[in-house]
Amino acid sequence: MKLQKIIEGLALEVKTKTHDLTKEVTGGYASDLLSDVIANTKEGNVWVTIQTHINIVAVAALKELSGIILANGKVPDEDTLKKADDEGMPIMITTLPAFEVVGRLYTLGLRC
Amino acid sequence: MEKDCEVEVVMMYDKFEKNVEGVFFLKGKDFTNAGTASSELKTILGEIGINQSIIRRAAIAAFEAEMNVIIYTPAGMMHYSVTPEILKVVVEDMGPGIEDIELAMTEGYSTAPDYIREMGFGSGMGLPNIKKNTDEMKITSSPGEGTTLEFVINLKKE
Ligand SMILES: Nc1ncnc2c1ncn2[C@@H]1O[C@H](COP(=O)(O)OP(=O)(O)OP(=O)(O)O)[C@@H](O)[C@H]1O
Ligand SMILES: [Mg+2]
Repeated sequence: MKLQKIIEGLALEVKTKTHDLTKEVTGGYASDLLSDVIANTKEGNVWVTIQTHINIVAVAALKELSGIILANGKVPDEDTLKKADDEGMPIMITTLPAFEVVGRLYTLGLRC
Repeated sequence: MEKDCEVEVVMMYDKFEKNVEGVFFLKGKDFTNAGTASSELKTILGEIGINQSIIRRAAIAAFEAEMNVIIYTPAGMMHYSVTPEILKVVVEDMGPGIEDIELAMTEGYSTAPDYIREMGFGSGMGLPNIKKNTDEMKITSSPGEGTTLEFVINLKKE
């Protein structure tokens, strides 16, 4: 499934400018603990979190994730966005809580 | 099976005749650049032609070691060396050291202060993650002076 389909399906707001939304999303992972994300995500996963700090970009880039969805109305810090644009890492936001985001991703057909 | 091993070793010698090594400097509390060393190491390993699943393990271990230096210490460095047989990474820092290494290695143990936890660190999984993703891991530490964490990943198939 392409990231673009997820953005449309969940009506996500895309915050980054430099990115590739045609990336193939291989599955998803939801967690707010960075060591957990580092240990358990697979390349191409989309990551659902409420963390907004700049480190989320380093984590997502290192694991070659397809994008970060900030749930529950969280907005990325300014330096987070800047780094995400530098790295080409898409950041999307939504007012839906993480539970709801994951449920809708699953309904769309995304599996882990 | 044996043939596979041979082919892999030959390919690696093709890519580099001599050993590759280098060093990254790590600055405490520099969250803006945190992860850069691990990410560069990952790129270098890719260029050398190391197998992807090994690169993934190395990246996890290097990132956890790098973040610990950034979170808990004023400064440190990450030295890496690659031979056809092994990848070895040595991360040295300038303190405060680890008093009880066994306790620090326990899953879930963390001394991270609240503001660090709010960033998503402090689950006490970093050192266990390094252990899980490497073939050898060793920590030596003198409280008050610093910590040296060393890990090795075998590059040849057993
Ligand atoms: N380089 C270091 N210098 C001093 N103390 C360290 C160092 N590395 C780890 N520690 C100590 O060991 C503890 C456990 O480290 P570990 O990386 O496993 O978990 P954490 O950093 O607390 O959380 P996480 O890595 O899951 O975000 C730390 O909380 C800290 O007290
Ligand atoms: Mg840690």
